[in-house]
Amino acid sequence: MKRMARISALVGGIAVLAATAALRAQDAPGGGPTAVSISDEGREVYEQICQACHMADAKGGGGAGAMIPALAGNPRLADKDYGTIILLKGRGGMPWFSDILTTEQMAAVLTYVRGHFNDYKDPVTVADIERVNLASPPVPDCNCTQ
Amino acid sequence: MNEPVMPQTRRDLLRMIGTAGGGMAMYQAMTVLGHAAETQFSGPPMLSGARKGASVLVLGAGLAGMLAAYELAKAGYKVTVLEYQDRPGGRNMSIRGGDKVVEVDGTVQDCTFAPGNYLNPGPWRIPHHHRTLLHYCKAFGVELEPFIQMNHNAFVHRSKAFGGKPQRYRELAVDFKGHVSELMAKALNAGSLDDKLTGEDKEKLLVAMREWGVLDQNMAFTSSIKVSSQRGYDTPPGGGVRGEPTPSKINGLSDVLASNVWTQMGFFFNYVMQTTMFQPKGGMDMVGKGFFRQVGKMVRLNTKVTAITQDDRGVTATWEDMKTGQKGSSSADWMINTIPLPVLNQIPMQVGPALQAAIKAVPYNGQLKMGLEMKRRFWEEDYSIYGGHSFTDQAIGLISYPNNNFFKDGPAVLLGAFANGAGAFQLTGMTPAQRIEAALAQGAVFHPAEYRKEFLSGVSFAWSRAPWILGCTSRWTDESRAAHYQNLCAIDGRIVLAGEHATYYGGWMEGSLLSALDAVERLHKKALSA
Repeated sequence: MKRMARISALVGGIAVLAATAALRAQDAPGGGPTAVSISDEGREVYEQICQACHMADAKGGGGAGAMIPALAGNPRLADKDYGTIILLKGRGGMPWFSDILTTEQMAAVLTYVRGHFNDYKDPVTVADIERVNLASPPVPDCNCTQ
Repeated sequence: MNEPVMPQTRRDLLRMIGTAGGGMAMYQAMTVLGHAAETQFSGPPMLSGARKGASVLVLGAGLAGMLAAYELAKAGYKVTVLEYQDRPGGRNMSIRGGDKVVEVDGTVQDCTFAPGNYLNPGPWRIPHHHRTLLHYCKAFGVELEPFIQMNHNAFVHRSKAFGGKPQRYRELAVDFKGHVSELMAKALNAGSLDDKLTGEDKEKLLVAMREWGVLDQNMAFTSSIKVSSQRGYDTPPGGGVRGEPTPSKINGLSDVLASNVWTQMGFFFNYVMQTTMFQPKGGMDMVGKGFFRQVGKMVRLNTKVTAITQDDRGVTATWEDMKTGQKGSSSADWMINTIPLPVLNQIPMQVGPALQAAIKAVPYNGQLKMGLEMKRRFWEEDYSIYGGHSFTDQAIGLISYPNNNFFKDGPAVLLGAFANGAGAFQLTGMTPAQRIEAALAQGAVFHPAEYRKEFLSGVSFAWSRAPWILGCTSRWTDESRAAHYQNLCAIDGRIVLAGEHATYYGGWMEGSLLSALDAVERLHKKALSA
């Protein structure tokens, strides 16, 4: 059991190195990964990561043809797997976050976005994230006017 | 009748070898001719013989679009370029005093840098082997100067090493090399590697470890004048009666390992990061301006494309003038489309499902850069740092020192952040004032006495919030390459895409240019055979 854990940790380590090397094909600051840490609390994950693009009020930005979709008042979030699929796989210009956020952080921030900027109060759980990850449904089509 | 065809140029020869023997044969021939492996550039395409009256519509006046326009016009096409912004160059840009930086939510920053100072928020350094870019810079009169990539005297900072105190790269790199050499020598002398080496190679390797690692007579890495001749002295050599130097004290292995200095050492080994590197004199946008001097008459600025259609006779882009509100459309026989994918995937375009899927499959990284104008060059005056980078594991990633106007008085601009990943998201999510505050707090670890005292003003460029692109560089994976890359590059009817996203050289100007050359060559061939 202990040995298994060590092997999986090792494999994880290699994955991180591979990701770093892949990034280096592009211009990059240099050196290793940063020590930037991300909170486990939903609101803080939103502020530290999501609001970079979706803005502090979750209303998105930009104009027709170059729009960042709003998360506030977004009826598509009624489906609690909708945001999970996009966080896991990305969509359009938005990258996947499986290499930046843990499943706990994804569950926390999705629960926050659905409950705080919308009125969907049922939480997204780690089990939900894992279920969607296993099922791997296709990415819903971009409807950025919404 | 089979007349022997003699190649007229090296390029013709390579093309013939490529046609006859495939890409591998061409690559081998190029290696023999002495110019492969650097870049896939083997000279400008020398297209000619466009059909009379044939026309091409180019979308986007970044480097890819402008190079496509230049080469197609030379080949005889009537070329029109539509550009959304009020300036050419795309991501090839510089921000100077008087410029405004506008973000997707309408937030505006006014840059107040002194005349001559600038921030290059996108591309900022050019490898010596990016021959396409270097070729056209020379052809278009863009003057280049050295970019100081590697500076042994700059700092490495890691929050959990040396109590958070930055160390000179030179000291850490020499200590890392010395300790590793000592351990290697120990393993060799203990016979641990005897089954891996011949006796002769073992002896050579021991000599190498002693010389390269600057080990002492006991094959140990210890503080000495000899080691100090690499890592620096406590008292440097002087003149006269007090000229004798004193050695500096080496760091222990654990401290050196905690600094992760091998990541910086490895960084400088990257092919695209190796010296010599260049930058344009006066700001990166001098490249875009050089291209624009060639094709400016073909470019319509302030023109937002709203829809793209095609049929068996031609292509049409419907557009709106962002200054006057005028609506119109432009048609041509063919189209080179360089609009970045986060925007292109929101513009209705009449192409097949494979290309549509490819356009939607490539997300963009959202880097962030900041320029901080300081009253004086304290890094030069007080620290003997002339260009190069000081690295940190904080969100800002690094600070980088200007490569021009050394020793000058007056304000100068530091690169105060080059953030990517989680650090870029954190900084982008802040207001511009908060970003500057974070950059000052983080960058001050390197120059605590001067950083805030000498600060004048700052400007940040958050690529995720740039309204004309919504990201910085395309992000492919092995899986998305396999599923979509060829579809993204393939000519769809009368339309072909080009830009850094349609390359294996993402995020580099060289990639944009190679993509444009590949696209115009294929389109020209198709236009002639149509």
